[in-house]
Amino acid sequence: MSSSVAASHHAAHHAEGIHVDHPERSVEYQTEDGSLKILGFWIFLATDMILFACLFAMFVVLRTHIDGGPSGKQLFDVTGFTEETFILLTSSFTGGIATFEMHRGKKGRVIGWLILTALLGLSFVGLELKEFIHYAHIGATIQRSAFLSAFFTLVGTHGCHVSVGILWMTSIILQVAKRGINPITARKVFIVNLYWHFLDVVWVFLFTVVYLMGVM
Amino acid sequence: MAEHASQPVNQQEHAHEARFPWQYVIGFVLSLILTIIPLELVLHHVIPLSPLTWAALACAVLQIFVQLFLFMHFTSTGGSGPAYHSVTLTIGFLFAFLFVGASIWIMTFNNIAS
Repeated sequence: MSSSVAASHHAAHHAEGIHVDHPERSVEYQTEDGSLKILGFWIFLATDMILFACLFAMFVVLRTHIDGGPSGKQLFDVTGFTEETFILLTSSFTGGIATFEMHRGKKGRVIGWLILTALLGLSFVGLELKEFIHYAHIGATIQRSAFLSAFFTLVGTHGCHVSVGILWMTSIILQVAKRGINPITARKVFIVNLYWHFLDVVWVFLFTVVYLMGVM
Repeated sequence: MAEHASQPVNQQEHAHEARFPWQYVIGFVLSLILTIIPLELVLHHVIPLSPLTWAALACAVLQIFVQLFLFMHFTSTGGSGPAYHSVTLTIGFLFAFLFVGASIWIMTFNNIAS
Protein backbone atom coordinates (compact mmCIF):
# COMPACT_ATOMS: atom_id res chain seq x y z
CA MET A 1 0.00 0.00 0.00
CA SER A 2 1.40 3.42 -0.92
CA SER A 3 1.84 6.01 1.82
CA SER A 4 -0.74 8.38 0.33
CA VAL A 5 -3.40 5.67 0.36
CA ALA A 6 -2.43 4.81 3.92
CA ALA A 7 -2.66 8.47 4.89
CA SER A 8 -6.12 8.88 3.35
CA HIS A 9 -7.23 5.70 5.12
CA HIS A 10 -5.86 7.16 8.32
CA ALA A 11 -7.82 10.38 7.87
CA ALA A 12 -11.02 8.57 6.97
CA HIS A 13 -10.83 6.24 9.94
CA HIS A 14 -9.94 9.05 12.26
CA ALA A 15 -13.21 10.71 11.23
CA GLU A 16 -15.08 7.53 12.21
CA GLY A 17 -13.47 7.69 15.64
CA ILE A 18 -11.15 4.72 15.09
CA HIS A 19 -7.68 5.24 16.47
CA VAL A 20 -5.21 3.88 13.93
CA ASP A 21 -1.94 2.92 15.65
CA HIS A 22 -0.09 1.62 12.58
CA PRO A 23 -1.26 3.11 9.24
CA GLU A 24 1.65 1.41 7.41
CA ARG A 25 0.33 -2.10 8.16
CA SER A 26 -2.15 -4.26 6.28
CA VAL A 27 -5.64 -2.90 7.14
CA GLU A 28 -6.74 -5.64 9.57
CA TYR A 29 -3.58 -5.11 11.67
CA GLN A 30 -3.73 -1.30 11.78
CA THR A 31 -5.01 -1.03 15.35
CA GLU A 32 -2.98 -2.56 18.20
CA ASP A 33 -6.24 -4.06 19.46
CA GLY A 34 -6.89 -5.71 16.08
CA SER A 35 -3.41 -7.26 15.94
CA LEU A 36 -3.88 -8.73 19.43
CA LYS A 37 -7.33 -10.07 18.54
CA ILE A 38 -5.95 -11.85 15.46
CA LEU A 39 -3.22 -13.43 17.63
CA GLY A 40 -5.88 -14.35 20.18
CA PHE A 41 -7.96 -15.99 17.49
CA TRP A 42 -5.02 -18.12 16.34
CA ILE A 43 -4.68 -19.30 19.97
CA PHE A 44 -8.40 -20.16 19.97
CA LEU A 45 -7.90 -22.14 16.75
CA ALA A 46 -5.09 -24.12 18.42
CA THR A 47 -7.40 -25.02 21.32
CA ASP A 48 -10.27 -25.84 18.98
CA MET A 49 -7.92 -28.11 17.07
CA ILE A 50 -7.19 -29.96 20.34
CA LEU A 51 -10.96 -30.37 20.88
CA PHE A 52 -11.28 -31.96 17.43
CA ALA A 53 -8.16 -34.09 18.04
CA CYS A 54 -9.86 -35.59 21.14
CA LEU A 55 -13.02 -36.35 19.13
CA PHE A 56 -10.92 -37.89 16.33
CA ALA A 57 -9.06 -40.04 18.88
CA MET A 58 -12.42 -41.22 20.25
CA PHE A 59 -13.72 -41.97 16.76
CA VAL A 60 -10.62 -43.89 15.66
CA VAL A 61 -10.77 -46.05 18.78
CA LEU A 62 -14.51 -46.78 18.47
CA ARG A 63 -14.96 -47.00 14.70
CA THR A 64 -14.98 -50.81 14.61
CA HIS A 65 -17.38 -51.14 17.58
CA ILE A 66 -20.58 -51.39 15.55
CA ASP A 67 -22.38 -53.81 17.93
CA GLY A 68 -24.14 -55.66 15.11
CA GLY A 69 -25.48 -52.36 13.74
CA PRO A 70 -24.64 -50.67 10.44
CA SER A 71 -20.98 -49.99 9.62
CA GLY A 72 -19.62 -46.94 7.82
CA LYS A 73 -19.27 -48.99 4.65
CA GLN A 74 -23.00 -49.79 4.69
CA LEU A 75 -24.08 -46.25 5.62
CA PHE A 76 -21.91 -43.77 3.77
CA ASP A 77 -23.00 -42.56 0.35
CA VAL A 78 -19.95 -41.64 -1.76
CA THR A 79 -21.82 -39.06 -3.87
CA GLY A 80 -23.24 -37.41 -0.75
CA PHE A 81 -19.99 -36.90 1.15
CA THR A 82 -18.10 -35.98 -2.03
CA GLU A 83 -20.65 -33.21 -2.71
CA GLU A 84 -20.30 -31.94 0.86
CA THR A 85 -16.51 -31.93 0.49
CA PHE A 86 -16.43 -29.99 -2.78
CA ILE A 87 -18.99 -27.47 -1.50
CA LEU A 88 -16.88 -26.77 1.59
CA LEU A 89 -13.62 -26.60 -0.41
CA THR A 90 -15.23 -24.08 -2.75
CA SER A 91 -16.58 -22.01 0.15
CA SER A 92 -13.09 -21.85 1.68
CA PHE A 93 -11.86 -20.46 -1.67
CA THR A 94 -14.67 -17.88 -1.96
CA GLY A 95 -14.00 -16.79 1.63
CA GLY A 96 -10.35 -16.31 0.67
CA ILE A 97 -11.40 -14.15 -2.27
CA ALA A 98 -13.42 -12.01 0.19
CA THR A 99 -10.18 -11.39 2.14
CA PHE A 100 -8.38 -10.60 -1.12
CA GLU A 101 -11.02 -8.01 -2.09
CA MET A 102 -10.96 -6.60 1.45
CA HIS A 103 -7.24 -5.87 1.04
CA ARG A 104 -8.11 -3.98 -2.15
CA GLY A 105 -10.81 -2.01 -0.32
CA LYS A 106 -13.73 -3.21 -2.50
CA LYS A 107 -16.69 -3.16 -0.13
CA GLY A 108 -19.32 -4.47 -2.55
CA ARG A 109 -17.18 -7.40 -3.66
CA VAL A 110 -16.32 -8.34 -0.07
CA ILE A 111 -20.04 -8.50 0.72
CA GLY A 112 -20.79 -10.48 -2.45
CA TRP A 113 -18.10 -13.10 -1.84
CA LEU A 114 -19.05 -13.42 1.84
CA ILE A 115 -22.71 -13.96 0.90
CA LEU A 116 -21.66 -16.67 -1.57
CA THR A 117 -19.46 -18.27 1.13
CA ALA A 118 -22.31 -18.27 3.66
CA LEU A 119 -24.73 -19.73 1.07
CA LEU A 120 -22.29 -22.54 0.27
CA GLY A 121 -21.96 -23.13 4.02
CA LEU A 122 -25.73 -23.26 4.29
CA SER A 123 -26.02 -25.85 1.51
CA PHE A 124 -23.28 -27.89 3.22
CA VAL A 125 -25.22 -27.89 6.52
CA GLY A 126 -28.40 -28.74 4.59
CA LEU A 127 -26.77 -31.78 2.97
CA GLU A 128 -25.37 -32.91 6.31
CA LEU A 129 -28.78 -32.60 7.97
CA LYS A 130 -30.32 -34.62 5.12
CA GLU A 131 -27.64 -37.28 5.65
CA PHE A 132 -28.24 -37.42 9.45
CA ILE A 133 -32.04 -37.60 9.03
CA HIS A 134 -31.65 -40.42 6.51
CA TYR A 135 -29.44 -42.37 8.96
CA ALA A 136 -31.95 -41.85 11.78
CA HIS A 137 -34.79 -43.11 9.55
CA ILE A 138 -33.00 -46.38 8.82
CA GLY A 139 -32.24 -46.94 12.51
CA ALA A 140 -28.66 -45.67 12.56
CA THR A 141 -29.18 -43.29 15.49
CA ILE A 142 -26.62 -41.95 17.95
CA GLN A 143 -27.71 -44.57 20.54
CA ARG A 144 -27.29 -47.55 18.19
CA SER A 145 -23.59 -48.29 18.68
CA ALA A 146 -20.33 -46.83 19.98
CA PHE A 147 -19.29 -46.24 16.36
CA LEU A 148 -22.43 -44.18 15.68
CA SER A 149 -22.13 -42.25 18.97
CA ALA A 150 -18.58 -41.29 18.01
CA PHE A 151 -19.61 -40.55 14.42
CA PHE A 152 -22.49 -38.20 15.29
CA THR A 153 -20.45 -36.46 18.01
CA LEU A 154 -17.47 -35.83 15.74
CA VAL A 155 -19.31 -34.89 12.53
CA GLY A 156 -22.04 -33.07 14.48
CA THR A 157 -19.50 -30.91 16.35
CA HIS A 158 -18.05 -29.85 13.00
CA GLY A 159 -21.57 -29.17 11.66
CA CYS A 160 -22.32 -26.99 14.71
CA HIS A 161 -19.10 -25.04 14.08
CA VAL A 162 -20.14 -24.43 10.46
CA SER A 163 -23.65 -23.35 11.55
CA VAL A 164 -22.21 -20.87 14.08
CA GLY A 165 -19.83 -19.67 11.35
CA ILE A 166 -22.79 -18.91 9.03
CA LEU A 167 -24.53 -16.80 11.72
CA TRP A 168 -21.24 -15.04 12.52
CA MET A 169 -20.49 -14.36 8.86
CA THR A 170 -24.03 -12.97 8.33
CA SER A 171 -23.50 -10.46 11.15
CA ILE A 172 -20.18 -9.40 9.63
CA ILE A 173 -21.77 -8.98 6.18
CA LEU A 174 -24.28 -6.59 7.81
CA GLN A 175 -21.48 -4.69 9.58
CA VAL A 176 -19.45 -4.28 6.38
CA ALA A 177 -22.60 -3.14 4.55
CA LYS A 178 -23.30 -0.54 7.24
CA ARG A 179 -19.78 0.70 8.08
CA GLY A 180 -17.71 -0.15 5.02
CA ILE A 181 -14.14 -1.44 5.22
CA ASN A 182 -12.22 0.08 8.13
CA PRO A 183 -9.54 -1.43 10.42
CA ILE A 184 -12.24 -2.88 12.70
CA THR A 185 -14.55 -4.46 10.11
CA ALA A 186 -11.48 -5.62 8.13
CA ARG A 187 -10.15 -7.43 11.20
CA LYS A 188 -13.56 -9.10 11.61
CA VAL A 189 -13.66 -10.22 7.97
CA PHE A 190 -10.11 -11.57 8.32
CA ILE A 191 -10.88 -13.49 11.53
CA VAL A 192 -14.15 -15.05 10.35
CA ASN A 193 -12.27 -16.29 7.29
CA LEU A 194 -9.52 -17.79 9.46
CA TYR A 195 -12.31 -19.69 11.25
CA TRP A 196 -13.82 -20.78 7.94
CA HIS A 197 -10.53 -22.05 6.49
CA PHE A 198 -9.89 -23.90 9.76
CA LEU A 199 -13.28 -25.65 9.48
CA ASP A 200 -12.39 -26.64 5.93
CA VAL A 201 -9.15 -28.27 7.18
CA VAL A 202 -11.11 -30.14 9.87
CA TRP A 203 -13.55 -31.35 7.22
CA VAL A 204 -10.69 -32.61 5.03
CA PHE A 205 -9.75 -34.89 7.94
CA LEU A 206 -13.38 -35.93 8.48
CA PHE A 207 -13.57 -36.74 4.77
CA THR A 208 -10.36 -38.79 4.98
CA VAL A 209 -10.61 -40.51 8.37
CA VAL A 210 -14.38 -40.94 8.73
CA TYR A 211 -15.71 -41.24 5.20
CA LEU A 212 -12.88 -42.47 2.93
CA MET A 213 -11.51 -44.92 5.50
CA GLY A 214 -15.11 -45.86 6.27
CA VAL A 215 -15.79 -47.01 2.71
CA MET A 216 -12.35 -48.63 2.16
CA MET B 1 24.04 -3.03 -8.60
CA ALA B 2 21.70 -1.22 -6.28
CA GLU B 3 19.09 -1.01 -9.01
CA HIS B 4 19.39 -4.70 -9.70
CA ALA B 5 18.96 -5.47 -6.03
CA SER B 6 15.86 -3.31 -5.66
CA GLN B 7 14.08 -4.67 -8.70
CA PRO B 8 12.87 -7.99 -7.21
CA VAL B 9 11.56 -6.09 -4.17
CA ASN B 10 9.46 -3.88 -6.43
CA GLN B 11 8.16 -6.92 -8.25
CA GLN B 12 7.19 -8.46 -4.94
CA GLU B 13 5.27 -5.33 -4.00
CA HIS B 14 3.41 -5.53 -7.29
CA ALA B 15 2.63 -9.16 -6.60
CA HIS B 16 1.03 -8.14 -3.29
CA GLU B 17 -1.23 -5.69 -5.08
CA ALA B 18 -2.12 -8.27 -7.73
CA ARG B 19 -5.32 -7.61 -9.64
CA PHE B 20 -6.04 -11.31 -9.88
CA PRO B 21 -6.08 -13.57 -6.76
CA TRP B 22 -3.54 -16.09 -8.10
CA GLN B 23 -2.59 -17.25 -4.62
CA TYR B 24 -6.18 -18.28 -3.89
CA VAL B 25 -6.79 -19.84 -7.30
CA ILE B 26 -3.62 -21.95 -6.98
CA GLY B 27 -4.68 -22.94 -3.45
CA PHE B 28 -8.15 -23.92 -4.67
CA VAL B 29 -6.80 -26.01 -7.55
CA LEU B 30 -4.31 -27.74 -5.22
CA SER B 31 -7.04 -28.50 -2.68
CA LEU B 32 -9.23 -29.98 -5.45
CA ILE B 33 -6.36 -32.14 -6.71
CA LEU B 34 -5.49 -33.27 -3.16
CA THR B 35 -9.13 -34.31 -2.66
CA ILE B 36 -9.60 -36.07 -5.99
CA ILE B 37 -6.40 -38.14 -5.62
CA PRO B 38 -7.43 -39.99 -2.39
CA LEU B 39 -11.04 -40.24 -3.63
CA GLU B 40 -9.97 -41.98 -6.85
CA LEU B 41 -7.44 -44.17 -5.05
CA VAL B 42 -10.05 -45.35 -2.55
CA LEU B 43 -12.96 -45.80 -4.97
CA HIS B 44 -10.92 -47.80 -7.47
CA HIS B 45 -8.82 -49.68 -4.88
CA VAL B 46 -5.68 -48.85 -6.81
CA ILE B 47 -3.27 -49.83 -4.03
CA PRO B 48 -3.47 -52.19 -1.00
CA LEU B 49 -5.26 -51.04 2.17
CA SER B 50 -2.37 -49.95 4.38
CA PRO B 51 -0.51 -47.76 1.85
CA LEU B 52 -3.93 -46.46 0.78
CA THR B 53 -4.59 -45.20 4.31
CA TRP B 54 -1.20 -43.48 4.44
CA ALA B 55 -1.64 -41.94 0.98
CA ALA B 56 -5.06 -40.52 1.94
CA LEU B 57 -3.64 -39.14 5.19
CA ALA B 58 -0.67 -37.61 3.37
CA CYS B 59 -3.04 -35.76 1.00
CA ALA B 60 -5.02 -34.48 4.00
CA VAL B 61 -1.83 -33.24 5.70
CA LEU B 62 -0.75 -31.47 2.48
CA GLN B 63 -4.15 -29.75 2.46
CA ILE B 64 -3.37 -28.27 5.89
CA PHE B 65 -0.36 -26.56 4.32
CA VAL B 66 -2.39 -25.34 1.33
CA GLN B 67 -4.97 -23.71 3.61
CA LEU B 68 -2.42 -22.33 6.08
CA PHE B 69 0.00 -20.79 3.61
CA LEU B 70 -2.16 -19.89 0.62
CA PHE B 71 -5.47 -18.96 2.33
CA MET B 72 -4.81 -18.11 5.98
CA HIS B 73 -1.70 -15.90 5.53
CA PHE B 74 0.05 -18.04 8.13
CA THR B 75 3.50 -16.49 7.70
CA SER B 76 2.21 -12.91 7.54
CA THR B 77 1.43 -10.67 10.49
CA GLY B 78 0.68 -7.62 8.34
CA GLY B 79 3.84 -5.96 9.65
CA SER B 80 2.89 -6.33 13.33
CA GLY B 81 6.03 -8.24 14.35
CA PRO B 82 7.02 -11.90 14.68
CA ALA B 83 4.47 -14.60 13.83
CA TYR B 84 3.89 -15.62 17.47
CA HIS B 85 0.76 -17.51 16.43
CA SER B 86 2.94 -20.12 14.73
CA VAL B 87 4.22 -21.12 18.20
CA THR B 88 0.74 -21.76 19.62
CA LEU B 89 -0.34 -23.56 16.48
CA THR B 90 2.76 -25.77 16.54
CA ILE B 91 2.00 -26.72 20.16
CA GLY B 92 -1.60 -27.38 19.09
CA PHE B 93 -0.42 -29.71 16.31
CA LEU B 94 1.87 -31.51 18.77
CA PHE B 95 -1.03 -32.14 21.19
CA ALA B 96 -3.40 -33.15 18.39
CA PHE B 97 -0.85 -35.65 17.03
CA LEU B 98 -0.13 -36.98 20.54
CA PHE B 99 -3.79 -37.44 21.50
CA VAL B 100 -4.69 -39.30 18.32
CA GLY B 101 -1.42 -41.24 18.00
CA ALA B 102 -1.23 -42.24 21.67
CA SER B 103 -4.89 -43.32 21.68
CA ILE B 104 -4.35 -45.57 18.68
CA TRP B 105 -1.14 -46.93 20.19
CA ILE B 106 -2.59 -47.72 23.62
CA MET B 107 -5.63 -49.41 22.09
CA THR B 108 -3.40 -51.86 20.21
CA PHE B 109 -2.93 -53.54 23.61
CA ASN B 110 -6.68 -54.00 23.96
CA ASN B 111 -6.59 -57.35 22.17
CA ILE B 112 -3.93 -58.70 24.52
CA ALA B 113 -5.92 -57.76 27.63
CA SER B 114 -9.22 -59.22 26.54
